[in-house]
Amino acid sequence: MGNARENASISVIGLHESGKELLLMGNEAIARGALEAGVKVCTAYPGTPSTDIIETLASVAKSMGIYVEWSINEKVALEVAASASFSGMRAICAMKQNGLNVASDFLLSLNLMGVEGGLLLVSCDDPSAHSSTNEQDSRPFAKMADLPLLEPSTFQEAKEMAKWAFTLSEEIKNVCLLRGVTRTSHARGNVTLGALPPATDRKVYFDKQRQRNTHPVHQKHNQLHKNLLYLEEVFATSPFNQYQGPGQPKVLIITCGSGWLYSLEAVEMMGLEDFVGILKIGTLWPLPTKTIVEYLQKSDQILFVEEVDPFLEGNVKEIAADFSRQIGPKAFFGKRSEHIPFYGEMNSDRVIEALGRILEVHYQARDSRYEARAAEVTEKIIPGRVLGFCPGCPHRASFWAVKNALQLDSREGFVTGDIGCYALGRGPTGFFLLKTSGAMGSGTGLASGFGKLAPFGFDQPVIAMCGDSTFFHAAMPALVNAYYNKSNLILVILDNRATAMTGFQPHPGVGMNAMGEKVTPVDIAGVCGAFGAKVEVTDPFDLPGTEQKILQALEDPTGVKVIIMRRECAMLKMGEEKISYKVQVDTRKCVGEDCGCGRLCTRVFRCPGLIWDQSMAKAKIDEVLCVGCGVCADICPEKAIVKEEGK
Amino acid sequence: MSANGESYNLIITGVGGQGNVLSSQLIGQALVRKGFFVTIGETYGASQRGGSVMSHVRISSKKQLSPLIPQGKADIVVALEPVEALRILTIYGNPETVVIANTRPIYPIEVTSGNEKYPGEEEIKKSLQSLSREVYYIPATEKAGQLGLPILANIIMIGALLESNLLPLRVEEFRQTLEKNFSGERIEINLQALEEGRKIIWTEIKNKRLTAESAEDAENN
Repeated sequence: MGNARENASISVIGLHESGKELLLMGNEAIARGALEAGVKVCTAYPGTPSTDIIETLASVAKSMGIYVEWSINEKVALEVAASASFSGMRAICAMKQNGLNVASDFLLSLNLMGVEGGLLLVSCDDPSAHSSTNEQDSRPFAKMADLPLLEPSTFQEAKEMAKWAFTLSEEIKNVCLLRGVTRTSHARGNVTLGALPPATDRKVYFDKQRQRNTHPVHQKHNQLHKNLLYLEEVFATSPFNQYQGPGQPKVLIITCGSGWLYSLEAVEMMGLEDFVGILKIGTLWPLPTKTIVEYLQKSDQILFVEEVDPFLEGNVKEIAADFSRQIGPKAFFGKRSEHIPFYGEMNSDRVIEALGRILEVHYQARDSRYEARAAEVTEKIIPGRVLGFCPGCPHRASFWAVKNALQLDSREGFVTGDIGCYALGRGPTGFFLLKTSGAMGSGTGLASGFGKLAPFGFDQPVIAMCGDSTFFHAAMPALVNAYYNKSNLILVILDNRATAMTGFQPHPGVGMNAMGEKVTPVDIAGVCGAFGAKVEVTDPFDLPGTEQKILQALEDPTGVKVIIMRRECAMLKMGEEKISYKVQVDTRKCVGEDCGCGRLCTRVFRCPGLIWDQSMAKAKIDEVLCVGCGVCADICPEKAIVKEEGK
Repeated sequence: MSANGESYNLIITGVGGQGNVLSSQLIGQALVRKGFFVTIGETYGASQRGGSVMSHVRISSKKQLSPLIPQGKADIVVALEPVEALRILTIYGNPETVVIANTRPIYPIEVTSGNEKYPGEEEIKKSLQSLSREVYYIPATEKAGQLGLPILANIIMIGALLESNLLPLRVEEFRQTLEKNFSGERIEINLQALEEGRKIIWTEIKNKRLTAESAEDAENN
């Protein structure tokens, strides 16, 4: 019942029960590892699949005496974590792969500035882009920044590596990175807890004798490469790198992260244990050259199994080139040979397919009759299920008002979008309105640009849309840019009082922080108004009023116009069990297909709670799904949808 | 039951918002307490947004399995929505898979909009049967509605799953996990839902046995 937020496992990471075995998410294991290492400061901007690391740490912040914050964006998160490290404390900073792009500006200076207390930067990648705008690999950042990077293959390893990362970081006085992927960070498995360190009350301070800057750059850059040589030696004996298989395998799989368990399973399912060896690498950068050379010598055929980019593949080949006289010629298989697809997440089936092709072994998961039947059912019977806004979601109403206003305006206006639940506005429940969405804040930046194109004949109105949390993260600078450069821009801020997409984390506009402290909310309207934007606030459930405000903005050809559409996320409301209306279809008034509206209610509005009764050929409320927002009552031209107070 | 007696591949599927993730977590926690290795991989991006969701729950007495079940290797499918059971079977099912399916459809928006068709009850049943060994139908949402909270459908389905004896987990053991996760009034209603699920499948199993026996009798006569 309810959702995962209510789950008690959130606080188990603080248990003082060394040796206890628990089911933990990889991210929880990372958080636990940090606690076991005595972490003191924890920062992040939420982003799937990384959010749970800091979220679980926040849930134990008071009892463990640590400081946790949701920072405004990933760069600031890393800066806050670095301040703790400069003062001699251990700190962790977590983000998703796109977030690392934001933080990288500081990271590529911080590596030269160096650290004091252990600093662990976790970046979680999302192969297959389940909840992301890209399939990006974090690992090349370690190579770019000349910093160590670890990648766990199991949940237990996630904890152990996170803990070890702080030691490594302090040894080289620099940042240590850890890469998660969806199936290690956001999956669950067995983890045995270690001991938590005793509390300390050591006073921390910033050593003024020491300047934390990047100069002299070339010397510090040189030091980074010396660190890498040292780390190669350390990694050569690391238990996180391990081999399983025969002495002289016909095929050597080199893998990391999630690829390890898939590889083990694939080899077992094919019964190839005597022919295929698996070298699992846990220390991804710098690669343990000695270990790799040792195993390259054992086989002539090498298969790389890894998620996202051919990082191991390319870098192991570089080592193979350096040691070519010693190891002899090899056949390499992986993404570049197209034995493993370049896109999408890994699984055992992909490894089976690749091994089957290399070794010419036939494997069939199911007989062809079953396969044929499954294909038939897929094609003829199963309807698709696209994502859409939840029942009662204020975004559906906001997009409805914008759609109608743009239609009335009739100048081919369009919407530039951003990152959050409302990115679904590119699909049917947002009436396909969003024409761009990419990076955080980019909708506003793009609109700032479009608003300057009039001298070149550009005459389409542009509306940028962003969420409340995204506004603080990256849209604010773009909005100031638009004002300063006299751009003609409309920004709609969908203020639903939460970072909803990632699980309702608070942000500066909400009135609470990660430590659970009350904060005077930053007034978005006040911020926008302070630099001269024309600001309107509206409730999106007031469809005519909202539409009117958009039309007014569209008619105003100058300056920056901000419309804040403020209405709490329906999921937040459900938590408080506040249901506003009892909604019903009056079947006498609903004229079904004969209605001139073309089934506006179900064909266009598309709320999952409002369905079509095939037998009656009329609209119908799905009482299980309807949350009683009552917005659909306002869109029915026949007034056949009736809302009554107090459900 | 599992193919080899030492590992079990369970998929819990449904539509975002049905409590899929929590169900798999509760079952997983209970099994880890019993000393099993459990790995759970889940589709969560769609968790509240009406998309198809699934949790792969992999149980082993020997080792940590990978987070995704290979093609065709699901032993048990628990579906909080009937068409989602079909979707899972087409990829992960095999002729020995056992299905426990909630009977209440959630219509995709492409169906309500008239662009796609939702299959009829008989068509769903026929298709499920053709891709599995056994299917148990549980009117979980209806029952949960009678209990006053439609969201309890997931716990009713877990009750049915445990009573089916397909997993190495007893109802009593699961109850302890529930008690650890919920408190006060919530535990009461959850326990009640668990019992409802057990009752429904027990009747289903009994009826199936009777039908099988009478068919046997007819043959013998």
